[in-house]
Amino acid sequence: MDNNMVMSKSFSIIEGKKTKAVTELVMKYIFLICAFFAVLAVFSITLYMVLNGTPALFKVGIKEILFGTEWAPAAAEPKYGILYVIFTSIVGTACAVLIGVPIGVLTAVFIAEVAPKKLSAIVKPAVELLAGIPSVIYGLLGIMLLNPLMYKLELLVFKGSKTHQFTGGSNLLSAIIVLAIMILPTVINISESAIKAVPKDMRSASLALGASKIQTIFKVVLPVAKSGIMSAVVLGVGRAIGEAMAITLVSGSSVNLPLPFNSVRFLTTAIVAEMGYAADEHRQVLFTIGLVLFVFIMLVNTVFSRLLTGRKTEE
Amino acid sequence: MKNAAFRKGIAMTMASAMVLGLSACGSSNADSTASQDTSANTSVQDTTAQNNASETTDSAADTTDNAADAQTEQKDLSGTITMAGSTSMEKLANAVAESFMEKYPNVTVTAEFTGSSAGIESLLAGSVNIGNSSRALKDSEKESGAVENIVAIDGIAVVTDTANAVTDLTKEQLISIYTGQTTNWSELGGEDTAIVVVGREAGSGTRGAFEELLEIQDQCAYANELDSTGAVMAKVASTPGAIGYVSLDVLDDTVQAFSLEGVTATAENIKAGDYFLSRPFVMATKGEISEQDELVQELFNYLSSEEGKAVISAVGLINVD
Repeated sequence: MDNNMVMSKSFSIIEGKKTKAVTELVMKYIFLICAFFAVLAVFSITLYMVLNGTPALFKVGIKEILFGTEWAPAAAEPKYGILYVIFTSIVGTACAVLIGVPIGVLTAVFIAEVAPKKLSAIVKPAVELLAGIPSVIYGLLGIMLLNPLMYKLELLVFKGSKTHQFTGGSNLLSAIIVLAIMILPTVINISESAIKAVPKDMRSASLALGASKIQTIFKVVLPVAKSGIMSAVVLGVGRAIGEAMAITLVSGSSVNLPLPFNSVRFLTTAIVAEMGYAADEHRQVLFTIGLVLFVFIMLVNTVFSRLLTGRKTEE
Repeated sequence: MKNAAFRKGIAMTMASAMVLGLSACGSSNADSTASQDTSANTSVQDTTAQNNASETTDSAADTTDNAADAQTEQKDLSGTITMAGSTSMEKLANAVAESFMEKYPNVTVTAEFTGSSAGIESLLAGSVNIGNSSRALKDSEKESGAVENIVAIDGIAVVTDTANAVTDLTKEQLISIYTGQTTNWSELGGEDTAIVVVGREAGSGTRGAFEELLEIQDQCAYANELDSTGAVMAKVASTPGAIGYVSLDVLDDTVQAFSLEGVTATAENIKAGDYFLSRPFVMATKGEISEQDELVQELFNYLSSEEGKAVISAVGLINVD
């Protein structure tokens, strides 16, 4: 590497000032174009979603779509209420984060602080592998392993119930568990690097003052790494809201109130489930759901990043 | 200077290479068409050779003439076939249109999906060549001159997990399960297991046909609305007490299919008309097929050929013999 650096440097000197200036200029524009791609993508997606998502809002009525509770798009008199779908996305994501984040952060602490080197050499690659598993695999495992288990639980809880509609284990709970597992690698990896970035001196000082190792972790290391851990949470939330493939297989996909043993439909799965055959107004409403999801994610991102920057300036 | 000359050289070579490449493509195309032609020639040659076995001297000249005839016949098929009708037949109509147009590049097949009755109306009004209907024609429609040509049959199997003791359902029982009135298999003579009602998403053709045939549109209480046949099969196979519906062609041993009113779900029973969860796909014509123009006749010939049958079974339908 070093040798190469020296070589290239010496080349630029030999080639002279002119080549150097040209390289600088060309690279500047290449960077600009690359940066512009991302901006262009965001703008065109926003524009596209707004253009395609709004017509149905006006045609069907904002109130009917956002606050309606009945979803019957193929009926003679179609109804496009997505209130339960929105609730499901909020409840599902929140619960997944509530379960996933503590486990994830504690795992990160284990890897970075507690675990003996040999053990962390096993745990860390395992977590990285978990991050690489495609979401559809989570869904398949969910349908084959988690759902039958959930169905046993459901039969136990609702034994003899006449009013409960049995879902065969495809319910909100299954979806939450799958989502919680799916956000783990994101939370663990980012939290871990945040914890590792905490200066050694702080730990040494804390230990020198007589604090135990656990006290040091919870009173010194985690508070210092807080902003990094918060961004791990934000990314986790983003992954949980946006996930479709895995939960479409395990959640049952009927539109219901998000109760633990109800079959539910998320914003993402609502689009995935019906895009195939939807036509006309139905299709437009699916785009509206996309728009709602889009706004949702934007909201989460801005709110959390506001919270984060607010904290930073406080410090 | 040297550089410029060098670049020019490269550009020249590349250009010539491209030209070569293009001409190579062209020639290979020509080759393939030529080989097609010869294969057509040989088949024609065979028949003429048999007919004119005595005229050995003239046979060579004859075959070339005949070959030319055959070619013109193939090319002559150009024009437009218009279809309108059932939305349920969209998959079939599009598949047939695509493969037919691939076979006869000069023919355009257009299909509109307006609903069975509207399709027959347009047919009788003379605005389309073929009216698609996913039900048998009504007597009134037949009296007005529409002829029922059943091209395929759509069959739906009702499946459950292999451990279920209930193996036969009546129409009423099926309706009461799917509308949420019957919730336990013990009510139908089975074990005390809850029924898990599995169905397809709104807009699915299978769901549309199922609800339409049972006349329970928009009244179904699904516990699971899955977005593919495979997902329904997997869910039913892995859930004790689950019931689901799938197109007949995907049945396998991971699930058991109910017999309906004592009739098992097989292609034979459906063809015989005994199995009630089935419906004919009709491509109706105004007057008999033999009275139609050459193009439409060729389309029906195509549908009853091996090629056409393959297209029909590829979209999950049952062929009629």
